[in-house]
Amino acid sequence: MLRSLALGTALIWGSALSAQTIDDAVTTFQLGNGMDVVVIEDRRVPVVQHMVWYRAGSADEPVGESGVSHFLEHLLFKATENLEAGELSATVAANGGRDNAFTSWDYTAYFQRVAADRLGLMMQMEADRMVNIRLTERDIVTERNVIIEERNQRTENNPRALFSEQMNAAQFLNHRYGVPIIGWMHEMETLDMDDVMSFYRTHYAPNNAILIVAGDVDPEEVRRLANIHYGAIPANPDIAPRVRSTEPPQTAERRLIFRDARVAQPYVQRSYLAPERDPGAQEKAAALTILAEVLGSGTTSYLVDKLQFEAQVAVFAGAFYRGVSLDDTTFDFVVVPAPGVTLQEAEDAMDAALAQFLIDGVDADQLDRIKMQLRASEIYARDNAEGLASRYGSALTSGLTVKDVQAWPGVLQAVTAEDVVEAARAVLRREASVTGWLMQAEEAMQ
Amino acid sequence: MMKRVLAAAFACVLALPAWAGVQIREVTSPGGITAWLVEDHSIPFMALELRFRGGTSLDAPGKRGATYLMTGLLEEGAGDLDARAYARALESLAASVDYDASDDDVSVSARFLTENRDEAAALLRKALAEPRFDEDAIERVRQQVLSGLRSDLADPNDIASAAFSAMAYGDHPYATDGKGTLDSVAALTRDDLVAAHRGALARDRMFVGAVGDITAEELGALLDKLLGDLPETGAPIPGPADVVIEGGVTVVPFDTPQSVAMFGQVGYPRDHPDFFPAFVLNHILGGGGFESRLMTEVREKRGLTYGVYSYLLPKDLAAVYMGSVASASDRIAEAVEVIRAEWARMASDGVTPAELDAAKTFLTGEYPLRFDGHGRIASIMTAMQMQDLGINYIATRNDKVEAVTLDDVARVAADLMKPDNLHFVIVGQPAGF
Repeated sequence: MLRSLALGTALIWGSALSAQTIDDAVTTFQLGNGMDVVVIEDRRVPVVQHMVWYRAGSADEPVGESGVSHFLEHLLFKATENLEAGELSATVAANGGRDNAFTSWDYTAYFQRVAADRLGLMMQMEADRMVNIRLTERDIVTERNVIIEERNQRTENNPRALFSEQMNAAQFLNHRYGVPIIGWMHEMETLDMDDVMSFYRTHYAPNNAILIVAGDVDPEEVRRLANIHYGAIPANPDIAPRVRSTEPPQTAERRLIFRDARVAQPYVQRSYLAPERDPGAQEKAAALTILAEVLGSGTTSYLVDKLQFEAQVAVFAGAFYRGVSLDDTTFDFVVVPAPGVTLQEAEDAMDAALAQFLIDGVDADQLDRIKMQLRASEIYARDNAEGLASRYGSALTSGLTVKDVQAWPGVLQAVTAEDVVEAARAVLRREASVTGWLMQAEEAMQ
Repeated sequence: MMKRVLAAAFACVLALPAWAGVQIREVTSPGGITAWLVEDHSIPFMALELRFRGGTSLDAPGKRGATYLMTGLLEEGAGDLDARAYARALESLAASVDYDASDDDVSVSARFLTENRDEAAALLRKALAEPRFDEDAIERVRQQVLSGLRSDLADPNDIASAAFSAMAYGDHPYATDGKGTLDSVAALTRDDLVAAHRGALARDRMFVGAVGDITAEELGALLDKLLGDLPETGAPIPGPADVVIEGGVTVVPFDTPQSVAMFGQVGYPRDHPDFFPAFVLNHILGGGGFESRLMTEVREKRGLTYGVYSYLLPKDLAAVYMGSVASASDRIAEAVEVIRAEWARMASDGVTPAELDAAKTFLTGEYPLRFDGHGRIASIMTAMQMQDLGINYIATRNDKVEAVTLDDVARVAADLMKPDNLHFVIVGQPAGF
């Protein structure tokens, strides 16, 4: 058993991040088999975050097998040719580390956080399960029950999550973003060994993966170790470009009502189909990112001002935009009405405010404050190597490049007030929108 | 995003102290305010953590929720600035401040850029020392709190937590939610909030941690300006709770597909001489890793749940040993049975040498991983002060874990574990109860 290297060692806190900006701390290269590598140096603590991100998520699943990418993620903690079931996590724990994994529409990622001198061992085990898993029928049955309980916990027990699924399903007419990441229950119940192994063989290969190492590491040492452990795995020549069904023109406004006896606080939600960050063309997404800040992020934002302070028809108003996405994403609003205000009144007030915003435009002082905060966020980000690792991982699995990631803060600063209003006009199209009301069950309303 | 395991809902108190690598220095300001400081000039900002002992337990009789609502109003108008003017001022400095009120403290977590640190601190001073409690702000934030309370009443986790607290803590403040009730919050007046502010934010219960781009001298001057105007003394903190937990199952009927269970018994306080053996024991039983006995038996072998955890919860005024699990209504009975069996097995058999070794290796090795960022370290340092662990605790903490023997764990297993007094509160429509 190993003891932690940090034990009893008086390390000097404040021996400094060597780099003065984030970009200076980042090194990127590619292995001979096509695996991309990003190294982020943060030498302040003798700890490393080791992550492998696959360019495969729930939106890459075959029709009828929703949830298989996430199911596979769970099963990668079972046995491989070289490891017993659970041995990988147990080994990480025995080295004083933590491990976990997560799945989204566009990616699946696995990570360990551990003392920096254990990096080689982590790579050895992660490389092993990239190509060597050995599952049993019992694994399938038991772990399928676990993911069903996970869906019960996250979704079935939560009317807001059920409502959100219905909103997404209505928003995307032809794209897999309309299917929940965890899967529809009736399809999860039928997932089997063939479904899992087929997804594994199709997507898990070094030339479909990105290695991200953040922390107290030397890029040349990472290259050496990565070549030993990941470089030994041959590229899969069958890895194909990601081809997804795309949205047809959206021409009909959609409205839905979700009723549930467990709803205590009704609210209205609106989503609009919106462009995402594209490689070399992030300007529209940058304007939408700032639009979300201008309209609905806290006390000074436009909707909060109009709905919470002036008209006092809402207890909460917010706007949300997630620009990192392989395909078209959404721009969302939520308004929680004040007591005595109907959902119709809340929705009408929101629409009136949005219409007025297109006339008023962006307050110059507000735009300055938002840009100041975005600049500051780059300073704060240097304190969080894990956050930087995820910034690169999510971007690179969503079609962006390292250059795009590093250009992004500058693109945000270049956005003008006119850009923001233009982006709002382009996105706020009712025919590409879904409006949902989350309501109490009818009997509960009397 | 679908994490493989939800983060354990409660960080154990032992997860708070710091590790050997951090060089903490105690600073006393010219005005007599003590703070713990970790200097790090590599990034031009600092994190500042303030905690005021007492928290929502200071609520006066009939005024439940006053401290919580007061805390939510601190930055909704202060000094010469109304809520919106205050928010604009804070944004223009790109500073951030989070406020929270829990059973045991009010906490303030701030981040200041070096370039405008003094201006940001001056703004925070207004919120702490001169909150306006304007009537329109009170109504606005009151409605937000009431909206949250209505949601809690329909959330199985919140229902379970409320039912367990009501059962365990008698007439102590811990027995009810610090956010208050729909009725108590509706009745709070501006005078109640002014009194809650005067009682909670006082220097006699204040703890300070600072990390980042600031020297000791600069910090002393900053603290005197920031906190010097606060009253010397605050409201009396209530005495300890008389915790009574009897074995059994309480079902709270609620129409939802998955039943949520919260279980617990009495625990050890943080200063109990056997707290470390208990901490190691709990790690083995249900401490959050995939390898814990509860995860192995309930999830990995039987697929009965997505997550099952246990945790020691030594609060300032009571100590309990708690856990949680969630399973479909027709499977929760089996999960409860397995958890009961593991509780009894631990009480009678203790742990194996291999389990003890693995737990110690993990717990000592994982210690440095907690120091990921200025804010986190500032928070750890204030918790250390509140628990009276001493500034040198860091260097000896892992030795205390290493010193735990099989005999220690066996003694604790026999003394702490009370399988007959383990009580389950189940919210849902569980079959078999």
